[in-house]
Amino acid sequence: MPRRIVTGIQCVRHRVIDSIWRLGYATRFFLLTLIKSGTSLRRFTLVIRELYFTGVQSLIIILVSGLFVGMVLGLQGFETLQRYGAESAVGTMVALSLLRELGPVVSALLFASRAGSAITAEIGLMKATEQLAAMEMMAVDPIARVVAPRFWAGVISMPLLAALFSAIGVYGGYLVAVILIGVDEGSFWSQMQSAVDFHYDVVNGIIKTCVFGIAVTAIAVFEGYDAAPTAEGVSGATTRTVVTSSLAILGLDFILTSFMFRGMG
Amino acid sequence: MQRATMDLWVGLFVMAGIGALLVLALKVGNLGTYSANDSYQVTGNFENIGGLKVRAPVKSAGVVVGRVTDIQFSTETYDALVIMNIDSRYKFPKDTFASILTSGLIGEQYIGLAAGGDEATLKDGDTIMKTNSALVLEEMIGKFLFNKASEGSSSENSDKN
Amino acid sequence: MVSESLIEIEGLNFSYGQRPILKGINMTMERGKVIAIMGGSGSGKTTLLRLIGGALSPTSGYVKVAGEVVHKLKRDELFRMRRKMSMLFQFGALFTDLSVFDNVAFQMREHTDLPESMIRDLVLMKLQAVGLRGAHELMPGQLSGGMARRVALARSIALDPLLIMYDEPFTGLDPISLTVIGNLIRRLTDALGMTSIVVTHDVQESLKIVDYVYFIADGVIAAHGTPDEVRRSVAPFVHQFVHGEEDGPVSFHYPASPYAQDLKLEGGFA
Repeated sequence: MPRRIVTGIQCVRHRVIDSIWRLGYATRFFLLTLIKSGTSLRRFTLVIRELYFTGVQSLIIILVSGLFVGMVLGLQGFETLQRYGAESAVGTMVALSLLRELGPVVSALLFASRAGSAITAEIGLMKATEQLAAMEMMAVDPIARVVAPRFWAGVISMPLLAALFSAIGVYGGYLVAVILIGVDEGSFWSQMQSAVDFHYDVVNGIIKTCVFGIAVTAIAVFEGYDAAPTAEGVSGATTRTVVTSSLAILGLDFILTSFMFRGMG
Repeated sequence: MQRATMDLWVGLFVMAGIGALLVLALKVGNLGTYSANDSYQVTGNFENIGGLKVRAPVKSAGVVVGRVTDIQFSTETYDALVIMNIDSRYKFPKDTFASILTSGLIGEQYIGLAAGGDEATLKDGDTIMKTNSALVLEEMIGKFLFNKASEGSSSENSDKN
Repeated sequence: MVSESLIEIEGLNFSYGQRPILKGINMTMERGKVIAIMGGSGSGKTTLLRLIGGALSPTSGYVKVAGEVVHKLKRDELFRMRRKMSMLFQFGALFTDLSVFDNVAFQMREHTDLPESMIRDLVLMKLQAVGLRGAHELMPGQLSGGMARRVALARSIALDPLLIMYDEPFTGLDPISLTVIGNLIRRLTDALGMTSIVVTHDVQESLKIVDYVYFIADGVIAAHGTPDEVRRSVAPFVHQFVHGEEDGPVSFHYPASPYAQDLKLEGGFA
């Protein structure tokens, strides 16, 4: 019996050391990507191409989800606030929930599943079909040419997508609360405007989004580059991207929220 | 995918994103209502600021005329020093009353200005001399209970007599 | 024409972790020749190519290309050397997001400042050499295996390298494509004065076109010689390989415990 416990502990210890080793490797890879970003700046066409595949092609899912989230917030918000006679505050509720939390977090999660996994799969497949090795043999650095443009495209897309998510979410809340239910339009917008502070809510939301964008894209790019060059390797890597990104988003959200929203004054 | 079409879509995407950001900042947030207009600075001393926060509005007759920019503690007078910016379009007489009021019963607190009758007006850097501190709810309740208690005991006394 | 050695390999040892892959390899390859490296699967042939290309570093010994020790080169020196080398990967390794034309033009655009008009002419010429000029607008996904490999070959000769390494160029091709690729390798080597190293286990095709053969088994050079010497060789390993015999030095059975014991026939039941 004790022998099994010892083996179990050894197994856990190996796993932990492996994870730490992998984390170190990932950090080194991240720094390498940043250092070799010169090509992405000089040949911005590469970044634009990736912006199309990560940003533009995520638009549909972001916009549709944003609309529905906003509409649900409007419905639920109205239902609860109505009990306290505070229905006109539904605009405030929708806007603040979206700007501070739901906008950055949900759009980041959607981005990780759609664009993050796509990036991982693409880089992993390029590795499996020896395209990256071929590039190295042609004296072209694959990190500069393949990895860095995708990284910057993700970092640029993320805040834009989150802003679109929040904006269309607010509109969704407006549709439900004002058009469908009949809350007063004037008080909907005016209460929202007086309650939402640019520096406090909008800017903090943008900061969160930028942090999430960096985290998600860095994870996606690393998992792709590190994937085993087989079918199982690539599929495992894409799964890991989605899972690790989601956990990272939620964890970072907690850390950032506790820094930013400690209470005014 | 042709390069030209791709560029077009990416350009539209970036513009839409920035547009969304602007919408959030201006329509949803209150960046637009921050007057970029000229303003002059005025200070007031208050015994108790209650729940007044920086960036709270300064209103007169219910209209927003300025913002609180800073709240400090004065070690000379041992009370609160509130610094506010007032829109240059609005001039107030030197004997204006500044009170800390609450919107609604338990809402946000703001500074209300009630104009006096002085002909000279407040200039940049002036201090408002007449101030009313915030009504702190707990003190009011305490006073009310105390009054009720003393009323009760005095009527008891008169009964006894 | 004076033939000097383009590649000198001496005392090369390489281990992957604890497992030795190559032990004490010595080889010389002359300029302008087609050299075949043959061996069973997993004998270390591809590892040898990677060591020549500088993608791996030897545990001991060295590889000299054009007089320079490869693993001692610094990063930019290595990149400079790599521009004189090309590698043709087993399945072509074409960039799937670029067209055939862009694939061949890739190195020219990355490493030279040639104007687009000149690049266009060069690309079409390279494609003509492999017979695929008409396919220059196709995407790699639309090509058959043989065509993809020919495009990869055109890509490899884009900058007129000194050395091309072919990793299993004959694998999985139909008989027509086999002959086509074989002839292309021979013709291009002669026409451009390059050196070609062909790693393969297709004996018949390679013996038709190569100038010299090395056999690798268990990480050491088992035999070497010209194609004629190899065909006439009586060394057991070479004989088994060249004539495709089922059993010999490379045994048919994977090491296992005795058959009877596995079937539980001996030491029988009570």
